[in-house]
Amino acid sequence: MSITLHTADWLALLGHFLSLSLLAVGGAITTAPDMHRYLVTQQHWLSDAQFNSSIALAQAAPGPNVLFIALFGWNIGINAGGGVAAGYHAWPYAALGVLCAMIGIMVPSTTLTFAAARWGHQNRELRPVRAFKQGMAPIVIALLIATGWILSANQGTLATSWPLWLLTVITAVLVWRTRIHMLWLLAAGGVLGWFGWV
Amino acid sequence: MPERPPSNPDKSTAPQRARPHSVSDLFWSFTWLALQGFGGVLAIVQREMVEKKQWLTREEFVEDWAVAQILPGPNVVNLSLMIGDRYFGMRGALAALAGMLTFPLLIVLVLAAVLANTADIPGIQGALRGMGAVAAGLFTATGIKLIGALKTNVMGKLACTLLAFGTFVTVALLRVPLVWVLLGIGGLAFAWAYRQIGQLRAPQGAP
Repeated sequence: MSITLHTADWLALLGHFLSLSLLAVGGAITTAPDMHRYLVTQQHWLSDAQFNSSIALAQAAPGPNVLFIALFGWNIGINAGGGVAAGYHAWPYAALGVLCAMIGIMVPSTTLTFAAARWGHQNRELRPVRAFKQGMAPIVIALLIATGWILSANQGTLATSWPLWLLTVITAVLVWRTRIHMLWLLAAGGVLGWFGWV
Repeated sequence: MPERPPSNPDKSTAPQRARPHSVSDLFWSFTWLALQGFGGVLAIVQREMVEKKQWLTREEFVEDWAVAQILPGPNVVNLSLMIGDRYFGMRGALAALAGMLTFPLLIVLVLAAVLANTADIPGIQGALRGMGAVAAGLFTATGIKLIGALKTNVMGKLACTLLAFGTFVTVALLRVPLVWVLLGIGGLAFAWAYRQIGQLRAPQGAP
């Protein structure tokens, strides 16, 4: 895939991520549908396959999942630099894409978080601040368990992919009850999957 | 001869809280935990910050996580920013943020550059699937471990159970967008906690 981006397009790319940054409550992934609408459907800067593989790769690689945004920027840059066929000649464009995407998605939300969290910490004895933190506690704990559920459900139903569900349950029990290092568990999951046992 | 009190430094609660030594300690601590976080960093943050380094108690972690979750932006990035700011101000916040992003970003870009030229290997797909299942277990276990932090919650056991149950059902089973869950169930929880704190502060006002 090869596209042409002018300066105004690069600015539009930056602007798109800037505008979504403050809407990303619950993580950047919640804005993925809108990114798909703009980057893939409307502008044709990114292919569907690139969109999906960016998310999958960022999920699998170490680090925060927000890095899928960096991969969007990378792939758009590669496309603008002549596509995969252009080899490393496209890398400067890819780097520019990463910069636009990450600056756009990170700067507004981290600035707000920095200011709001600092205010909240300085005023932690205020009744509304205490009520907010105490009130949110059971909700965020339930959200974690719900995330585990959703990740499992995305892989298939209990009937068809019971080995994956079993692996999830065993992992949960081991992490809960023992101090086994999580990297061992991830490695074990990777090996089991590589040989097609789950 | 004065009797020496039995010393038990491991078990006794240390008067001095554990904390990062320096800005670079923050940077490398967050780098290390980000690099362990395949499929999501939060489980690692909880284990490293609460169980290993003990910079935060379980209760503090839940409170900070609530703030990090409700503010826009990647949750674990918000959390690292908040923890860094608390110890070393703006420099600490930037160091924690840089730790969380720098090396993972380089790794994911190298992977993207390498994988662009290799065809789909079925084993890779399988390995990603297996690691995804493990990641699901990590999230679930982290949630289960944090349930204990609710014991001291002002809302009481019944309210906490109902709120948690309602959140799980609406998010995991009904797939309601998070914003509505936070506004709806979160609003209810806020109102109830606000009332409970008022009763604790002015017990003579209660009938």
